[in-house]
Amino acid sequence: MSFVISSVLGVIMLVSVLSLAAFHTWLERKQSAVIQDRIGANRAWIVLPWKWAAPVNWILGPINRLGLFHTIADAIKMFMKEDYIPPFGDRFLHTLAPTLSLTFALVGFAAIPFGDMLMIQGREYSLQVAPVNVALLYIFAMMSMGVYGVVLAGFSSNSNYSFLGGMRAASQMLAYEITLGATIVGIVLVYGSLDLQEVVRRQGQLIGGWIPMWGAVTQPLGLLLFMAAGFAETKRAPFDLPEGESEIVGYFTEYSSMKFGMFFFADFIETIMIACLVTTLFFGGWQIPYLLRDGFHFPWGAVVHIPYLWVGILGVLAFSAKMLFFCVFFMTVRWTFPRFRYDQLMDLGWKVIFPLAILNIFVTAVVLLWWR
Amino acid sequence: MSAPEVNDNNLMRIKTKVVSQPKLNTWQMLYLPELVRGFWITSWHFTRNMFFHVLHAVGLCNDVSAAVTVSYPEEKRATSPRLRTRHRLMQRPDGSTRCVACMMCETICPARCIYIVAEEHPDPNVEKRPASFNIDLGKCVYCGYCAEVCPEDAIRMDTQIQETSAYSREEMMLDMKELLDPRPDYSRKNLGKKGSVAMEPPKAAK
Repeated sequence: MSFVISSVLGVIMLVSVLSLAAFHTWLERKQSAVIQDRIGANRAWIVLPWKWAAPVNWILGPINRLGLFHTIADAIKMFMKEDYIPPFGDRFLHTLAPTLSLTFALVGFAAIPFGDMLMIQGREYSLQVAPVNVALLYIFAMMSMGVYGVVLAGFSSNSNYSFLGGMRAASQMLAYEITLGATIVGIVLVYGSLDLQEVVRRQGQLIGGWIPMWGAVTQPLGLLLFMAAGFAETKRAPFDLPEGESEIVGYFTEYSSMKFGMFFFADFIETIMIACLVTTLFFGGWQIPYLLRDGFHFPWGAVVHIPYLWVGILGVLAFSAKMLFFCVFFMTVRWTFPRFRYDQLMDLGWKVIFPLAILNIFVTAVVLLWWR
Repeated sequence: MSAPEVNDNNLMRIKTKVVSQPKLNTWQMLYLPELVRGFWITSWHFTRNMFFHVLHAVGLCNDVSAAVTVSYPEEKRATSPRLRTRHRLMQRPDGSTRCVACMMCETICPARCIYIVAEEHPDPNVEKRPASFNIDLGKCVYCGYCAEVCPEDAIRMDTQIQETSAYSREEMMLDMKELLDPRPDYSRKNLGKKGSVAMEPPKAAK
């Protein structure tokens, strides 16, 4: 039974993450367009030519006008293009690299709790594909494996541009991964667990009966550093030096067709991952303020009872809403800030963010000692 | 009477303006406030444009634009009437061309894209008329000399048609019929129809 439940949860998670990543390509185009006073891609139309298909066309109309079919057009384009492997590159590694990137980007989601417990036939199942008690370590392990895909891509292409891009990516990801790990220590200190479900549950406590004890409240500096390091880790603007699509290209110079598409996709999936992590660690995951298992218990004494099933559904919805908000937020960041120079990037990573993360650990530890 | 003195020094001196790079103050060095400021700008643009996009979708506030985009083939930006665009041949009241085949335009054309074959005009008051009048848009540089040099005001470049694209060199050729009645999508309508052009350009003499 537990196997069936986790398989079902796994499929749900995989499908939603993949479709969200596909949706991201649309969101990215449209959001950047609206920010820059443009309209954005809206020319991929599907219109049936027959008269009897008028109702179908009526339904397709808004999808056409919003340009949603561009995601499908993109996918078709990616698959139809020539898949070229450079003649002196390593065939095997060249194919392996995007697969690694995508796989390690995807497997991390297994440990993200997207809801509270689910009661089936008197047994409780955690809404988490793999309820492991070291979920945090597991996710970070998988995220750090992602660098292999990047380095292999640069290495196996037999191109100097790719190789340098791979090196840039590797040193950037290593530098910021340390910071990412260091910022998490603060969270682990405050909530005393590596189990993400447990971390989320403890964020449901209230400080002084009013303020929910979310990570953003207890670790504001940690949140800032985590997001900065997260952007760098996912190789997105303003830290997109490994790619630098418009001028320096990078580790996927020699990639074409769907293999390039996989890197592209892995990028979006990693962004969703960081959004999930920010939600889970700093914004209470599936928690809704004052919502307990049997309904809302407001600090001014009012109580609204809600059926158990609805509490669970509300939790999942809350998680999705928060996560989507951060996806949009990260995209806005991308379309707002210019890229760093490489030395600025390294300076920021090693001389600013990392010491601040250490300071954050120190202060958190001292404050915790003081209080207990 | 002395000629005004030309000072070589003054002519040759390159005027330079030194733009000093502004020093960042502490507030800007902190980086975070500036991040917030940048974020404010993009978020404001997003919110404002999104607000009007939604209003447009329900049919309100159509006079306020939410984007500067001109959806090109459907909408076009207004062009100045002075703009030199695709040629047209002016007509006499009876619909025939005003051109008298004087070869002025063909002579002055720096790109040599005009090919005229003259013939006798049936009316004894008019000396000649073009048997064929072709313009190769693939060669034309839109200098407007042809329109300026014409003694009969028979050729003008004021159709406001700027699209010159075709799938072959032959389709870039405008014949007299097309020039007398310019259509914007000339080449596309003739796509695949061979022999739509009245005459081949004469081969260059060897």
